[in-house]
Amino acid sequence: MSKLLQVRGLNVVFSGFHAITDLDFALDAGELRFLIGPNGAGKTTLIDVITGLTRPASGSVSFAGQELVGRREYQVVRAGVGRTFQTSVVFEELSVVDNLDLAAGFRRRLPALLRRRHGVSDDVASALDTIGLGALADRPAGVLSHGQRQWLEIGMLVVQRPRLLLLDEPVAGMSRTERERTGELLQSVARDHTVLVVEHDMDFLRRFASTVTVLHEGRLLCEGTVAEVQADPRVQEVYLGRSRDELDKEVA
Amino acid sequence: MRNRIAFALIAVLLLAAPLVFSPFRLDLLAKYLCYAIVALGIALAWGRGGMLTLGQGVFFGLGGYAMGMHLKLVEAGPGQLPDFMSWSGVERLPLLWKPFADPVFALVMVVVLPVTVALLLGLLVFRQRVRGAYFAVLSQALAAAFVILLVGQQGLTGGTNGLTNFQLFFGLDLYDDADRRILYFAIVVVLGLSYLVVRQLARSRYGQLLVAIRDGEDRVRFLGYDPALVKTFAFAFSAGLAGIAGALFVPVVGLLTPANLGVVASLELLIGVAIGGRYSLAGAVGGALLFHYAKTIFSEQWPDSWLYVQGALFVAVMLWAPRGLAGLAGQLRDLVAARRRPAAPAPTVLEEARA
Ligand SMILES: Nc1ncnc2c1ncn2[C@@H]1O[C@H](COP(=O)(O)OP(=O)(O)OP(=O)(O)O)[C@@H](O)[C@H]1O
Ligand SMILES: [Mg+2]
Repeated sequence: MSKLLQVRGLNVVFSGFHAITDLDFALDAGELRFLIGPNGAGKTTLIDVITGLTRPASGSVSFAGQELVGRREYQVVRAGVGRTFQTSVVFEELSVVDNLDLAAGFRRRLPALLRRRHGVSDDVASALDTIGLGALADRPAGVLSHGQRQWLEIGMLVVQRPRLLLLDEPVAGMSRTERERTGELLQSVARDHTVLVVEHDMDFLRRFASTVTVLHEGRLLCEGTVAEVQADPRVQEVYLGRSRDELDKEVA
Repeated sequence: MRNRIAFALIAVLLLAAPLVFSPFRLDLLAKYLCYAIVALGIALAWGRGGMLTLGQGVFFGLGGYAMGMHLKLVEAGPGQLPDFMSWSGVERLPLLWKPFADPVFALVMVVVLPVTVALLLGLLVFRQRVRGAYFAVLSQALAAAFVILLVGQQGLTGGTNGLTNFQLFFGLDLYDDADRRILYFAIVVVLGLSYLVVRQLARSRYGQLLVAIRDGEDRVRFLGYDPALVKTFAFAFSAGLAGIAGALFVPVVGLLTPANLGVVASLELLIGVAIGGRYSLAGAVGGALLFHYAKTIFSEQWPDSWLYVQGALFVAVMLWAPRGLAGLAGQLRDLVAARRRPAAPAPTVLEEARA
């Protein structure tokens, strides 16, 4: 199968500290992949490199045949890669619709940009529907709850019509029901996008993940199904931070 | 609707002002209106775009000098030198001055000069992600450098004395009260048009984008926009407005000196907007008028203490009323709401449903 994203020989160094070391990583088109690893494993850094926020010391990131390293952030977005941040950032003064409209807008020509928004475009309407915030469409985004903000962010990604979505811990800090809804949202988004999700929560993974990649101290530890990864002793040691017995007890 | 009525009312008041005011007062008002045009640009760049522009005097000056040079050449007559040049021993008209004899060229330069400088500066600076206080200091340094340049080129710019003695403005006799009234009306019209254009910009998608960049520039990058371009556009637009205002200021006041556009003058332009309220266009305009009126009154009586009063005003506004006079009502509302909340529990969903 063709690789949509291919990361080769990636090294990222922050003033002497090796955040990522010799990383090779690939995503197939259409995949929903989960990326896990303990704090400081380099998950966010990997996303930062792909999206042009951090420059690697060496290595390449090729996306649909184009090299992304060296491009500016907005150019990466225009190439078809969207991302969210660990802490959600929506524009609180703008309404929910306006947030989506803004996110849908970078393809607009100048005359359309200089006009006011009239009505709601089809893209925005369908995104509102997908994220289930239709009832709050005209409220300022500042009034949204934490969970709703994350959904708005995912909506803002979808309206950009990217091919690849990178989501950094989208369910952190969410309640159980919110997680459930987010998981369903992710699955529906993954139907027509390639999605990479960084997540810590094991329950969430078991419920929604198929393929999982584990990072540890900037290196690729292993890759496989949830069951395979959970059974891997190295993962149990570094990621779960628990001994084998404890884990067996939990499973039992 | 309410906005339209307010706009019409203020337009009528301004247009009727010549009936009430003496020519002297009308001149003062015309001068304040020029500052109000600059204020609109500052409200866009600073209020919406978050760019603390401490050097608007530069653009005001570029527009003003473009106009002033043209007026001086018209007055001197073809082939003659402007008065100050003969005083400082210049014998031939400098190359830089020659094209300004053409009125169309001069009018175009009133806008093109400031806009070009702002575009170049903006692209350079915003691409490098210079912002906040760094940008403020940089723009202020630009104003300081501009003054040094003007003062140093005595033969070219009139030095510290600047350009003075204007008699004619596109056929208007600047010593005639009726003609000055026409000039006043022209300024009112330019202010009105500028207001409408800036308001349209602020309400457009572009305006929302600008606010989004002010509140989260890094996030906007990941929406696929280049914030440097978006900010540069607003900055250049504000520079163009300042240039037009400077060009109108010259015939109204009858002179243009480096002191009219230096660091202090630039700061005053900003303080007016801060007092009126940078987030509101009407607030910025009102603030500019009010501030410069207060300056006239106050600095006549106590010229020495004005500087301190001005500084204190600025600090007070930034500390206690960051939204300025125009934002006071909203600020009070928030305050009352914040006081009430702990006392009376928020209405429950049930209560809301019943209401
Ligand atoms: N800009 C930076 N400068 C210096 N060190 C950094 C920088 N960004 C990240 N690091 C370091 O690189 C390592 C990897 O960080 P990263 O944020 O990628 O981890 P993560 O896997 O996302 O962790 P978490 O689960 O806590 O979000 C950490 O040790 C972090 O301290
Ligand atoms: Mg992280």
